[in-house]
Amino acid sequence: MENLEALTQQALAAVSAAQDVAALDQVRVQYLGKKGEISALMKNLGNVAAEDRPKIGAVINEAKDQVQDAINVRKDALETAALEARLAAESVDVTLPGRAVQEGSLHPVTRTLERIETFFRNAGYDVAEGPEIEDDFHNFEALNIPSHHPARAMHDTFYFNASTLLRTHTSPVQVRTMEVQQPPIRLICPGRVYRCDYDQTHSPMFHQVEGLLVDKGVSFADLKGTLQQLMSVFFERDVVVRLRPSYFPFTEPSAEIDIEWVIETPEGTKRRWLEVGGCGMVHPNVFKHVGIDPEEYTGFAFGMGVERLAMLRYGVNDLRLFFENDLRFLQQFR
Amino acid sequence: MKFSEQWLREWVQPNASTQELVDQITLAGLEVDGVEAVAGEFSGVVVGQVVTREQHPDADKLSLCQVTDGTETFQIVCGAPNVRAGLKIPFAKIGAVLPGDFKIKKAKLRGVESFGMLCAEKELGISDANDGLMELPDSAPVGTDFREYLGLDDNIIDVDLTPNRADCLSIAGLARETGLLFKADVQGPAIDAVAAVIDDVPNIEVSAPDACPRYCGRIVRGVNIKAETPLWMVEKLRRGGVRSIDPVVDITNFILLELGQPMHAFDLARIDGGIRARMAEQGEKLTLLDGQEIELSSDTLVIADHAKPLALAGVMGGEFSGVAEDTSDLMLEAAFFNPIVIAGKARAHGLHTDSSHRFERGVDYQLARSAIERATQLIVEICGGQPGPVVEVASEEHLPKAAEITLRKSRIELVLGLSFEDSEVEDILTRLGMQVETVEGGWKAVAPSYRFDMAIESDLIEELARIYGYNRLPVRTPIAAVPLAQAPEDKITVFDVRRMMVARGYHEAITYSFVDPAMQKALDPDLPGLKLLNPISSEMSVMRTNLWAGLVPAAGYNLKRQQSRVRLFETGLRFVSSEEGLEQKPTLAMLATGSRLPQGWTETPTAVDFFDVKGDVEALLARTASLDYFRFVADKHSALHPGQSARIDKWLDGEWVELGWMGALHPATQKAVDIKQTIYVVQLDLELLLKTSVPSFAELSKFPEMRRDLALVVDQNVQVDDVLEQIRLQAGEYLTKLNLFDVYTGKGIDPDKKSLALGLTWQHPSRTLTDQEVNDSVEAVLQQLEQQLGATLRG
Repeated sequence: MENLEALTQQALAAVSAAQDVAALDQVRVQYLGKKGEISALMKNLGNVAAEDRPKIGAVINEAKDQVQDAINVRKDALETAALEARLAAESVDVTLPGRAVQEGSLHPVTRTLERIETFFRNAGYDVAEGPEIEDDFHNFEALNIPSHHPARAMHDTFYFNASTLLRTHTSPVQVRTMEVQQPPIRLICPGRVYRCDYDQTHSPMFHQVEGLLVDKGVSFADLKGTLQQLMSVFFERDVVVRLRPSYFPFTEPSAEIDIEWVIETPEGTKRRWLEVGGCGMVHPNVFKHVGIDPEEYTGFAFGMGVERLAMLRYGVNDLRLFFENDLRFLQQFR
Repeated sequence: MKFSEQWLREWVQPNASTQELVDQITLAGLEVDGVEAVAGEFSGVVVGQVVTREQHPDADKLSLCQVTDGTETFQIVCGAPNVRAGLKIPFAKIGAVLPGDFKIKKAKLRGVESFGMLCAEKELGISDANDGLMELPDSAPVGTDFREYLGLDDNIIDVDLTPNRADCLSIAGLARETGLLFKADVQGPAIDAVAAVIDDVPNIEVSAPDACPRYCGRIVRGVNIKAETPLWMVEKLRRGGVRSIDPVVDITNFILLELGQPMHAFDLARIDGGIRARMAEQGEKLTLLDGQEIELSSDTLVIADHAKPLALAGVMGGEFSGVAEDTSDLMLEAAFFNPIVIAGKARAHGLHTDSSHRFERGVDYQLARSAIERATQLIVEICGGQPGPVVEVASEEHLPKAAEITLRKSRIELVLGLSFEDSEVEDILTRLGMQVETVEGGWKAVAPSYRFDMAIESDLIEELARIYGYNRLPVRTPIAAVPLAQAPEDKITVFDVRRMMVARGYHEAITYSFVDPAMQKALDPDLPGLKLLNPISSEMSVMRTNLWAGLVPAAGYNLKRQQSRVRLFETGLRFVSSEEGLEQKPTLAMLATGSRLPQGWTETPTAVDFFDVKGDVEALLARTASLDYFRFVADKHSALHPGQSARIDKWLDGEWVELGWMGALHPATQKAVDIKQTIYVVQLDLELLLKTSVPSFAELSKFPEMRRDLALVVDQNVQVDDVLEQIRLQAGEYLTKLNLFDVYTGKGIDPDKKSLALGLTWQHPSRTLTDQEVNDSVEAVLQQLEQQLGATLRG
């Protein structure tokens, strides 16, 4: 038995010396395995006097436990170290950029139109688009602008022939809708329109969004309320809207829509009126052209320049940027 | 229309500053575009006269002048070419301050002292004229303060009138409007009939009374055409944007600005026989005042004599019948022409005159006679002469009639959302010059002849709202019955498509619908683009038949600006005209060029290829249906690379329908559009693309899948689609997945062959398939492939 102590010390030293889990397991087999050196002492108990056996057995078990505990502790330590080494090896520079496709962007005009469409869809309006190459009837005649009407000079029109043209506004879509649908009509018409005018503040192609509400009892007050809400919802603040008498052959009363624009400058707050569109009560002659009884129904219509709204909303300072399609511009509207 | 504020205030004196006046008329619908001082800010300038002029001793271009202010004489050095003895000029004395805070001090020019400065118009902020001194008439009183002399404390107000407010195209009309807005009295100059002193009358025949319902003519003999137009008139004209020409023309222009009646003065000596207001004969020729010879058509009204047309009625006089230097006898014309007959005639000949501008919009049909009296009065006053009696030819039945309009109280409330007091309605209508009569439920109103735009009840309601003030009218949220809207599930929206494109890295572009014909031809050689009659420029003159014609130049724009990686998409109409007519097709187009991914640390830079773009297209298509419903067919498109172009078809209602095209641009196309780096483009029919179907559940099988992988060797030119099709034909109905997972060429394979690795998966809905069944299917597949495509298993 005298060598039990030496054997135990030897085993403990081997445990400490084991550098990985596999080596440690070898140590376990060598001392504690079925044929292990300490286990062998237990087998020799048969040669010991019967009365001594319990005592000596207890001593050997104690030594086994001691070695097993050391192995467990050593194993934990080795596993922890191995995990740490693996984690260290697997760590990455998290500040490196991800492996991703660059996101594209929505054009600010689309973005603006989609927002406005959404406001009105939520309020029960339908959205309609129509042809951009229009006939004279839908673009002018049906809107109470007969040929040679001086108001035609307000629309610098692109023509293909005497009766075919590029629509100068999205109002023909309203006409086309009213031709086939009786009131109530709630309609938003977004789209491209064309005027033969090109300079720093005019583009020969631009976008409009028009609205139409026809029902029993619709009044100018409803128009004012709708525009007031549209502008405030669009700019997400209380916007002062001013209606200024004007003239459009297809509405009466007619008005220009001005909003009060507030600019903070080093010299103080500046306010000015900006024109954003036109509006009015649908002219009885327009109703007659499309077969709606103007005595039974009234309605309002409004139209706005989308680029203008987008410029104000996003601070774009040059109309031409919208159609240059410079990626450095487009990328800003994610 | 531009007008002098002072002139307006001679007619009406509202208790309002310039700003208040401008704001108020703007809010009444007469939009003021600008207010501009008649002259710059200056002081200390008087009317001076050059007494003597000599050459400056040391400078060729300078003059040495003695200038008087009426009391003293000053030595002035002056560089203006038109300075001369006797000339009257604006004279800025020592101590004067000119615009820009420019103080006049004693100066020495080339060694000679100068005590003040003689001024050009520009130096006083009167106009841009700067090529010499401003020359004043001989009648200018020397020594008078110059501002006072010309009445320069005045503004030019520019008002942008809508076409319906032709009644305001005159001082008289603006004064009426101002008067009614400010409740101020309006008082113009007294217009009395000028008694005839001779008996001569023009012979006037009107054969087109519909076009010319009223024609007034008058002869004035012995007029001094060399008389000087008085300064007050020259200044009023100038501030109205009209240049002084001769006293007679000035007077007719003055009447146009003052009363709104366009007039014309003929040289009586050049009228052959008499005046005939008639429709032109087709092809008849007339030389206008501006020297242009025009050919007339039979829908055009002319003022003619017995031999020839003299004037294009309501637009412009003729060159050979107007007032000239030797004119002494006049025939004055003031007429009412039917706006519908005049409309468009000026533009048809490339003209736009103050007269046509008014007649097209309408002129007060009762105004002609008082205008001719006012003109006669001024002619006699300024040029002398003996007037004859006015001859008036009028056709009552063709003259406009003031409409009698019923205005219902109920309608006012319905349209404006406000119930007005009766007295308020009556007050406003009366201030508008209407005759108002109360009737059951409302009023009857007759508009004055100058408000010829008043025809129906809505017109009156608008006037009521306008004068009451739009911004005082109530505000309300519309009340509506709003049933739930339809939201078809068998369609995705353009919103969805755009967002998918954005997620795949494409930037949305908006390009012009009209494009450069060269670009159009390069990118869609087979379809002619519809041409605009009046394009902005030749680069924007044909309608696009595909969207590439806009996207490719947009890519070019970016490539030129160091953006080598471009991904763009656009949605919009393309315009295809064929024998069946014009189609305006909603379309989606995409463009990709440059590296596959933005430059980064993870990849070596690789150029985008056909399959990157096809992957983007497939991602989009897969959103609407299983990819089995689409096929990419190798097909030729004139703009695309013949080996890298595909027609994309969609299976719809039992047949393949063309959905669009994709491919690399043909090298020749690349050359034509002047872009070196390869461009990939896609174009899809948007309406067709948006169609999808409502998902329909299929029972899940509880039984195991069986999979076999095949490595096949086929000729290089065998298309994968054909291989897959042959497999499907023989694999049996329980084949659930067929997946191509490798394409290999190279070592171990004949150079003219390729190896395809395919995974086939079978599953039965209600039982376990046996190995035997699957093996039989594989056998059948292999046989079919060998027979049809010469495919063999890879050894």
